[in-house]
Amino acid sequence: MITTLGEALRMALAQLRRNWSRTLLTSLGIAVGVGALVAIVGIGQGASRSIEQDLASMGSNLVSVEAGTGGGPQAHVSAPPFQDRDIESIRRQVPHLSGVAPMASSSVTTHYAGLTWSTSVTGSSPDWLGVAGWTLASGRALEDGEARSGAAVCVLGETVRENLFGDLDPLGARIRLGDADCTVIGVLAAKGENTMGMDQDDLVWAPVRFVQRRLLGTTGVDRILLSVDDAANTDEVLLSLDAVIRELRHVRSDATVDFQIRDTREMAEHVGGITTVLTGLLGAVAAVSLFVGGIGIMNVMLVSVGERTHEIGIRMAVGALQGDVMAQFLVESATLSALGGLAGVALGVAVTAVGATVLEVPFVVVPAAVIGAVVVSAGLGVMFGWMPARRAARLEPIDALRAP
Amino acid sequence: MSLIAFRGITRVYGQGDARVSALAGIDLDVASGEFVAFMGPSGSGKSTALNVMGCLDRPTAGSYTFRSLEVTDLVDQERARLRRAWIGFVFQGFHLLPRSTAVENVELPLVYRGISAARRRELAEHMLDEVGLADRRHHLPSALSGGQQQRVAIARALVTEPQLLLADEPTGNLDTARSEEIIALLARVNREHGQTIVMVTHEPDMAEHAHRIVHFRDGRIESEQRTGRTP
Ligand SMILES: Nc1ncnc2c1ncn2[C@@H]1O[C@H](COP(=O)(O)OP(=O)(O)OP(=O)(O)O)[C@@H](O)[C@H]1O
Ligand SMILES: [Mg+2]
Repeated sequence: MITTLGEALRMALAQLRRNWSRTLLTSLGIAVGVGALVAIVGIGQGASRSIEQDLASMGSNLVSVEAGTGGGPQAHVSAPPFQDRDIESIRRQVPHLSGVAPMASSSVTTHYAGLTWSTSVTGSSPDWLGVAGWTLASGRALEDGEARSGAAVCVLGETVRENLFGDLDPLGARIRLGDADCTVIGVLAAKGENTMGMDQDDLVWAPVRFVQRRLLGTTGVDRILLSVDDAANTDEVLLSLDAVIRELRHVRSDATVDFQIRDTREMAEHVGGITTVLTGLLGAVAAVSLFVGGIGIMNVMLVSVGERTHEIGIRMAVGALQGDVMAQFLVESATLSALGGLAGVALGVAVTAVGATVLEVPFVVVPAAVIGAVVVSAGLGVMFGWMPARRAARLEPIDALRAP
Repeated sequence: MSLIAFRGITRVYGQGDARVSALAGIDLDVASGEFVAFMGPSGSGKSTALNVMGCLDRPTAGSYTFRSLEVTDLVDQERARLRRAWIGFVFQGFHLLPRSTAVENVELPLVYRGISAARRRELAEHMLDEVGLADRRHHLPSALSGGQQQRVAIARALVTEPQLLLADEPTGNLDTARSEEIIALLARVNREHGQTIVMVTHEPDMAEHAHRIVHFRDGRIESEQRTGRTP
């Protein structure tokens, strides 16, 4: 082969321009496939980033312990809750814990100065702030003494503050919380919505004992949140936690337990698994459409070779080698396909942008996916152009010259 | 030493009732630097003989040696290389690329010889001047007369200065004055550069410029005659 790549590219572009409507339609097939791939990867990345952000905002290295084995409500009823002394034991016996937060939740209606707002109250310890990954916007957090005594104090989530106080200063105000009153001592910094669109700021934080006595009329909690000091220690914590709680609840080692331990990693894997499966499925659909686009290219190149048989004969007669003819048609189909790939990237990025807005996930363009898409589509052009190009190169010069 | 040696070259087209022996056993030698004219009635096998010589067509039987190389033993790729290295064609039907201009058509053989774009343009324009088409460089073949197209085809064949020029009725569409000019050009490249020329013609006046005239009839060589000119 003696023609340079530049020469072949020049010929290819001239040819593609001459048949511009055919070029447009053929590359559209590739554009759709590439566009779909770029969009799927982009939105998939956005979704998993948003899930990561969610998990991070739930608090890092989080472990949750629940009474009952999940599932139906009976499981909950029959399983005894965790009492204060259980929580104390866990705090003392399980290593590597950086925080322990018993969780007693209740839906309540809040009132202040004639305004009403329905929300939920989270009764927990001072540790909860760090465990669940919150910071304060103003005021202060619960203190140990208040938690122990079950003082009538509370910290508002941003949504509750907004709805009850608007522009007023909530600190020091007394609000009604269901049947009880409490004094507002702080406001939590907003976290916003999570991936599912749930407002994370719609809550009130109060001492666990206050919520148990004044709102729920119970002792004990069904759920405990714990944070591990380092992700590397999570496995050790899980094991130790299991042993300690079995001991506390007198579960023999071979009996089924009536509690459940979960960690964020597990939740992340669960959610991540779903997105991976979805991305894989959609990716397969996109791959099929790419394949169909490739078949379109092969078809058009076969037609092109048929139409240009005489031209091929002339080129061979004046000195083109088989490799020259092959290169000419391969470069042509690769260019055709790469043009489709470029259009597809533009399409895909646009769809990603729209999709990211609609699905409220971060807009992520993965550069590797973009470059990969163009390279892959050029490669696709070579792959699907191979057979037509070889057919052209193998023509007998005299037969080709006799073609119309 | 002969450049070309045909021994019992046969070319059969079709099968059964449609079977045609375009060449029915040809023995022919062409010496290096010789200018040979093929004459004969239509259908007598002149073009077929030229196509076989130019490695565009394969003989059905017989032996063809080109510079002591047995061409019938070569694979496609080797024949293509031989064609590129030694041979220039002027076809009976011109065979110009319809969507390329005159100068682009003349450049085409140079593209496959790895010559830079600027040098290609220079050589092609010079060759078009030689055949009297300086003012038609950027015309498409469809905008040229038959005679002008023929001259573009001649320029394309000569631009590579091939050692073997195969010209199938190169003056078939030209008036007498133009024909004389073209034949003078061919005679000149033959004389000055020693390029071997095999030319098909129906006109005895044109054949007179060659060194030797070979007469074809029914796929055979009927007779040969020397014109008195010598290489
Ligand atoms: N592709 C082909 N298929 C079948 N027969 C063919 C083919 N090409 C040529 N022939 C036949 O071979 C014979 C020789 O043809 P050729 O073209 O060599 O003649 P020619 O001497 O060049 O004639 P002309 O002076 O008209 O150009 C003719 O009878 C022709 O019909
Ligand atoms: Mg002929």
